[in-house]
Amino acid sequence: MQHLRWLPPAADARARLSALDRAGGEVWKQAVALAGTRLDFVATNRLDAIVQRHQGAVPPADLAAPPVRLAVLGSATLTHLHAPIRVAALRRGISVTTYENDYGQYLQELLDPRSALHEFRPNAILFSFDARSLTQGVHAALDAEAAAAALQAAEALILQCWQAARDGFGCPLMQQTVLDSFPALLGNNEHRLPGSRSWFVHELNASLRRLADRHGVDLVALDQAAARDGLDAWHDPALWHRSKQEVSPAAGPAYGDLVARLIAARAGRSYKCLVLDLDNTLWGGVVGDDGLEGIVIGQGSPLGEGFVAVQEYARELARRGVILAVCSKNDEANAREPFEKHPDMVLRPADIACFRANWDDKAANIRAIAAELNIGLDALVFLDDNPFERNLIREQLPMVAVPEVPDEPALVPAILADAGYFESLRLTEDDRLRTAQYQENRAREQLRASSSDIEGYLRGLDMKLIWKRFDPVGQQRIVQLINKTNQFNLTTRRYTDEDVAAIMADPDAFGLQLRLLDRFGDNGIIGIVIGRKNDDLLHIDTWLMSCRVLGRQVEPATLTLIADLSREMGATRLRGEYIPTKKNGMVRDHYVKLGFSLIASEPDGRSLAELDLAGFVPTPTFIQMTEG
Amino acid sequence: MTADQAGIYSALTEIFREVFMNDDMQISPTLTAKDVPGWDSFKQIEIMVSVEERFGIKLNTREIDSMKCVGDLAAVIAAKAAA
Repeated sequence: MQHLRWLPPAADARARLSALDRAGGEVWKQAVALAGTRLDFVATNRLDAIVQRHQGAVPPADLAAPPVRLAVLGSATLTHLHAPIRVAALRRGISVTTYENDYGQYLQELLDPRSALHEFRPNAILFSFDARSLTQGVHAALDAEAAAAALQAAEALILQCWQAARDGFGCPLMQQTVLDSFPALLGNNEHRLPGSRSWFVHELNASLRRLADRHGVDLVALDQAAARDGLDAWHDPALWHRSKQEVSPAAGPAYGDLVARLIAARAGRSYKCLVLDLDNTLWGGVVGDDGLEGIVIGQGSPLGEGFVAVQEYARELARRGVILAVCSKNDEANAREPFEKHPDMVLRPADIACFRANWDDKAANIRAIAAELNIGLDALVFLDDNPFERNLIREQLPMVAVPEVPDEPALVPAILADAGYFESLRLTEDDRLRTAQYQENRAREQLRASSSDIEGYLRGLDMKLIWKRFDPVGQQRIVQLINKTNQFNLTTRRYTDEDVAAIMADPDAFGLQLRLLDRFGDNGIIGIVIGRKNDDLLHIDTWLMSCRVLGRQVEPATLTLIADLSREMGATRLRGEYIPTKKNGMVRDHYVKLGFSLIASEPDGRSLAELDLAGFVPTPTFIQMTEG
Repeated sequence: MTADQAGIYSALTEIFREVFMNDDMQISPTLTAKDVPGWDSFKQIEIMVSVEERFGIKLNTREIDSMKCVGDLAAVIAAKAAA
């Protein structure tokens, strides 16, 4: 079993690790590059040790995501999984510090405010319980009633841990599902034996899914990973007896990646867009040479069906919110023809949010795709059958994810899925509409191109900004935006469900969700503002917007709304705050542009600005505001 | 030392260097866990799993428990790899 098979192998990894260790100093960037290659668990440990030794506990200051303090709490030996978790986070440019409970003491540490766990102050917790401890007392002689009681007891223990973690730390929780390593007793119809530990694990995992949804806990689906890869790829019974390692060390890097992709998703660092090559990636053959009739796609040919499977998987991803783009070396007319005319194509022009087919080099085209879609290069995954192009992008644009692509197209969907690039914690209505929204954006661009001036364009859009206070209906999308918006985000404060609920309940605070409609469609929720009042001062704690609506006068319209609501609450001044990150340079002068006066600016780039509400005159816009 | 044994020791040297993160480490048949700082039960498992992957063999619990020194490990590898 080859773990992490989507990552490129690094034949010279040992030499690079030695060289990095000898060089020392600022190792972060090179360590991220090494973490992007397929390292086994020994090399993973070494890379982690190098980062610990040379970088210490201090990650570079300009990382796109805040450092994570992860407590890994469990009942068996988990020490060997810490380095792989840290390295997998490193792969995504995220700095993770980890904590491990004393053997078996997770509950005591959760409940005792003087414990080392409390001293560690985790901002994320992973519960990893081994199957043996969770099935204690379950045996084949149990009747159905006793087995059901045992299941309830296991659920209660887990719920108690979640509750204690919530009370103690109020941070996001992850729960690893249980690995079924028990041999069957009945066989195919194992479910007819109530006291079967194997069946018990199966039932407990079903319960965990239900409970996790109800309690806002994210699952690390180890059971699914083992079902896919085979139990032997993840678990070695002899090692369990030797060291109480339920996940074998060889599977550590794969385990780390499962955890890190959840951490990345929470931080808004999942990939957002799949960039597709065409010839021999979406169809067999070269459309420019072979012509529309000559390419291999569609039913009736094993190879053509394999390419259909690739396209179907891409379309399924698009339906749940992943943006699709095309980047191909072709004449544009040739490249577009199959999408428009070939009867067996699954993907159609409407599925592609951004289409770049020309003879420029692919790095330039991928930059152009990111710019057109208004997303970071580090949100792109590039799928190309050609190793030359893959290596070019890995070298020139190391922030773009470039998976290995098997020669067999039928195997491509599984590679993309296993890589977990697009890990999402849940789906919102906006996710479903994403591709349509990018299409509408193109219609807006056409209107802009045909309008002689920007005012005529904005007037022609018939924009309506519908605002609402935070409410339970919008909560999912609010939390999602707060945690994934990186560019237009003044303070990049990340808030959990609990935090958002607290804002709703606070009479001295407001949370606003803004939705923008225009004649081309509904842009969805595109802005979030959180204000907190202290005496006569209204502090704008959070102001973030989707980059899709830049240049549409949403900023001054939003400010007018903030000013109105703040006056109602008795404030006379607004205070805006800017906290620089690697990604939010675009809003550095946001408040000054809106007429605020700078009152403080720090050497690290932070600044505060104020606006006197008595003298504030709203800027007229072409946006109609309504409460909705 | 036979050619086979030399090959085994050369591969084992690489494994020990990787596991102990020491590019200059030298091993000999008489080397034991007591001689190497940091050679604990976790490192022991790392060595065994690395050996299994490198030589394409599976070491069983009896074999692992009977090993007292690097020479014992090399002997088990030689026997298994020849089989």
